[in-house]
Amino acid sequence: MSGATHVRYEILRTFRNHRSLVVTLALPLVLYYSIAGGNRHATSAGISFPLYFMTGMAAYGAMFATVSTGGHLAVDRSRGWTRQLRITPLRARTEMVAKVLAAYLVALPALALLFLAGVTLGVHLDAAQWFEMTGLLLAGLAPFILMGLILGHLVPGDALVPAVGGLVVVFALLGGVFGSFFNGAMLAFTKLLPSYWLAHAGKAALVLGDWPAEGWILVAVWTVVLAFLAALAYRRDTGRV
Amino acid sequence: MSAVDVEMVGVKAIDLTKSYGSVQAVSGIDLSIAPGETVALLGPNGAGKSTTIDIILGLSRPDRGSVSVFGVPPASAVRSGWVGGMLQSGFPPDLLKVREFVTLMASYYPHPLRVDDVLRLTGAQEFADRWTKKLSGGQAQRARVAAALVGNPDLVVLDEPTAGIDVEGRHEFWEVMRGVAAQGKTVIFATHYLEEADAFADRIVLIARGRIVADGPATEIKAKAGSRSIRATLPHVDVESLRALPGVVAVERHGDAVVLSCSDADAALASLFATFPEVRDVEARGGTLEEAFLELTGDENGPRAEETGR
Ligand SMILES: Nc1ncnc2c1ncn2[C@@H]1O[C@H](COP(=O)(O)OP(=O)(O)OP(=O)(O)O)[C@@H](O)[C@H]1O
Ligand SMILES: [Mg+2]
Repeated sequence: MSGATHVRYEILRTFRNHRSLVVTLALPLVLYYSIAGGNRHATSAGISFPLYFMTGMAAYGAMFATVSTGGHLAVDRSRGWTRQLRITPLRARTEMVAKVLAAYLVALPALALLFLAGVTLGVHLDAAQWFEMTGLLLAGLAPFILMGLILGHLVPGDALVPAVGGLVVVFALLGGVFGSFFNGAMLAFTKLLPSYWLAHAGKAALVLGDWPAEGWILVAVWTVVLAFLAALAYRRDTGRV
Repeated sequence: MSAVDVEMVGVKAIDLTKSYGSVQAVSGIDLSIAPGETVALLGPNGAGKSTTIDIILGLSRPDRGSVSVFGVPPASAVRSGWVGGMLQSGFPPDLLKVREFVTLMASYYPHPLRVDDVLRLTGAQEFADRWTKKLSGGQAQRARVAAALVGNPDLVVLDEPTAGIDVEGRHEFWEVMRGVAAQGKTVIFATHYLEEADAFADRIVLIARGRIVADGPATEIKAKAGSRSIRATLPHVDVESLRALPGVVAVERHGDAVVLSCSDADAALASLFATFPEVRDVEARGGTLEEAFLELTGDENGPRAEETGR
């Protein structure tokens, strides 16, 4: 009755969703090799391009993987599983924790694959740097995990796949995951997005050793606000009608 | 629970009313189900059975009226693990095997049954290692029955549990449910199968057009529908004087034999013997539940006629 079994099965189900997993893991990897592979010796923002682009694609891959797990809620809804769960003693909190944990766990292989790809293209970092970078990436993912849940609860099944894809691409582009295209007011605006900090987690870890306070505050605010919205979305989706 | 002055109540619903837009799904359902009772909700399509069940399970909020389960609101009863339910539609979650699905359901409850026992009882053992997505309709239904029972809840609510299950499976299912009822569990199930309600339920609640039209043991419902008939040999008596007997609704004559359709067969029999002592070969036949069902749920008073002054 502790909820441990639910959490375990939720994670199991997430990793058994092979088709979704393969796509979300493979896409950033393909992008990485096709773009960074040809620019092995270039530099960008003061670091080698394979390293620069690795951090961006790791962020993108992790974002994509986590937001997509939220999308599985639509399947659960259409099979009547969300309704069935509501007539069991399972607590909403356990349900949420399971989803967040599962999403975090699929982010790990997404990061690991990109890091590995980086190494094959000559990226070399010391243990502390890898560690810091991973920590910042995981922290920056929190808002996206919650976005996935919100989409899963609110967007009807057939619209969910485009919604997930669209949201990820827009946030990734604006945040600078594929490269920085903005300056001036637009850059200032993109710094308000959680994806900016996610995209720059790698660079921040390598150059500064951390996000500036501004980054932590933004990620925290997004996380708190989205957690609140996710709770509302959950209640709206599962409330008594 | 030890109070002697209050009758223990399993499920108590008072004046449940719920509409969806302009459709009045249930209008004024009153239901009191004692712990340990087995009650069938019987009624035609769209009668309001599922709506009633969803309200009892706390999935749906009535516009008016209230419901309690073992003395507390449905949501509290559900959270305590006292309730196991199977909804009318739905499938087991994907990306799990049947055994995993039932194990998962068991994990939510404080005192679950052994998963293997429940799989065996419900006949889900045979396909326990298959993916839930690959099941046939009837297999999925059996898996859902297993899931509803494995938590060992005190109240089991099943919305058309045997829909799509083959004859043998249905037989097995009711065997299992007999065992569940024998343990003192409260069982509420919706069905269209009159024989099932007749054979298995202590009590039948007949619902039509959002209202309860009859509530009692099957025998009582058959009687209430007034579809009992009396056959007798009674020559030389005219049909009109037979129709005048108390409790008789219609009379047919076939040669020397007469058939009386009765609203009150007991009164009719008594007056038949009293008035015509020469009557022979008297045979009283109970109406079938099917006749009662059709009579009581029929649309005679017009579609959804609102009674005035409830
Ligand atoms: N979510 C809904 N939205 C709109 N109308 C609904 C909804 N659910 C039920 N209804 C309507 O309420 C009425 C009662 O439906 P309900 O599902 O309770 O019937 P039922 O007795 O379970 O029927 P069946 O035997 O077909 O399952 C029907 O007229 C139905 O169309
Ligand atoms: Mg129904």
